[in-house]
Amino acid sequence: MTGHSLIETSGLGAMRGDRVLFTNKSLTVDTGEICLLRGANGSGKTTLLRLLAGLIPIEAGKLNVNGAVHWLGHADGLKPHETPRRHLMHWARAWGSDVDIDAVLVRYGLVLAADVPATGLSAGQRRRSAFGRFALEDRPVWLLDEPFSALDDDGQTLIAEQISAHCARGGAVVASVHGVSPLQPDREITL
Amino acid sequence: MTGRAAPLRAAFYQALGEAWAGGAGVLLPAGFFAGAATLVPITFGPETAILAAAAPAVLWIALALASLVTMERLFQADLEDGALDLWAIGETPLSQIALVKTFAHWIVSGLPLMILAPFLGLILGIEASYWPRAAVSYGLGGLAFFFWGGFGASLAAGVRRGGLLIALIALPFYVPTAIFGALTVTSTVAMPPEAYLLAASTLFALAVAPFGMGAALRLGVG
Repeated sequence: MTGHSLIETSGLGAMRGDRVLFTNKSLTVDTGEICLLRGANGSGKTTLLRLLAGLIPIEAGKLNVNGAVHWLGHADGLKPHETPRRHLMHWARAWGSDVDIDAVLVRYGLVLAADVPATGLSAGQRRRSAFGRFALEDRPVWLLDEPFSALDDDGQTLIAEQISAHCARGGAVVASVHGVSPLQPDREITL
Repeated sequence: MTGRAAPLRAAFYQALGEAWAGGAGVLLPAGFFAGAATLVPITFGPETAILAAAAPAVLWIALALASLVTMERLFQADLEDGALDLWAIGETPLSQIALVKTFAHWIVSGLPLMILAPFLGLILGIEASYWPRAAVSYGLGGLAFFFWGGFGASLAAGVRRGGLLIALIALPFYVPTAIFGALTVTSTVAMPPEAYLLAASTLFALAVAPFGMGAALRLGVG
């Protein structure tokens, strides 16, 4: 299922303040591949993901991401007063997506929570809503910062299935994880 | 499939929705503006001539400070809840998103100030014939204040309790608008040249501040 590479980096380096986080990181992720990032707290997993997403300017090395990116960071992106339904409607409108929002809410187990403002949702429900965005538009590259945090067993299984399905469609996933992960990685990088 | 305007429309509606959902916070600038302006006659005493002479300047000061009252959360909230990351990943320049968000903020918090201005003018003894001009002047000036305030807010987005920093950044940019604004309101000519300069200072803010906001937010994300 592998083909051309969606992410190619060489000699990537990053600093935080005057501390070097990592140097000379090279990584290639082909279509259909899952790449897991591991490392201690503060080792630069989030920084590497933000570099790949283009959120941080590159200071050293080369980076090539061939395709649009879906991003899931520590913060889920919901506004405090936004309900899961409104959140998905908002981004569907912004991205020009005509995906059936109700179907997405059903798929991510958010039917009962669909009209609850984000301040009243559990962390796992907010995370599910954030993943709901991924169903709004087909983008080849998924960058996930600790995607399984806050999710219950069902949620973890659900997201792992979505990730597998995405890879089967020819997408690529880079995710930072801690401990046991339900994903079968094609590559693993330790920072 | 996505029109270029679609993300901007979405950002606009989201900003309006957030402002309304925020409850009474929306009315804070209007309350501040009205409160400051109504305290003035009380502190000035019964000399109506002095009051009428000082009124336009008092309203400009109250407007400038009222515009800063709710600036702090304009971009800070987006930075904290991750929405800014999502905008930054998209193709729409952050400067355009910032422009739309600031404009929405002005509609919710700044437009009421423009509507209030003539009524406060009444309290302060400004002649009725000056009211239409005063409303337009305070509206134009308020728009400039909100955009420079937005620029300050974008630079201070990552700073906790950055209100003072926002004021320090924004207030120097308020100066031309405040000068031409005060001259426009007090001028005895029907269409004073200062009015064009006031309009020019607002157009300058509308044209330049969004690029500053975009660059500052890009820095804030990274």
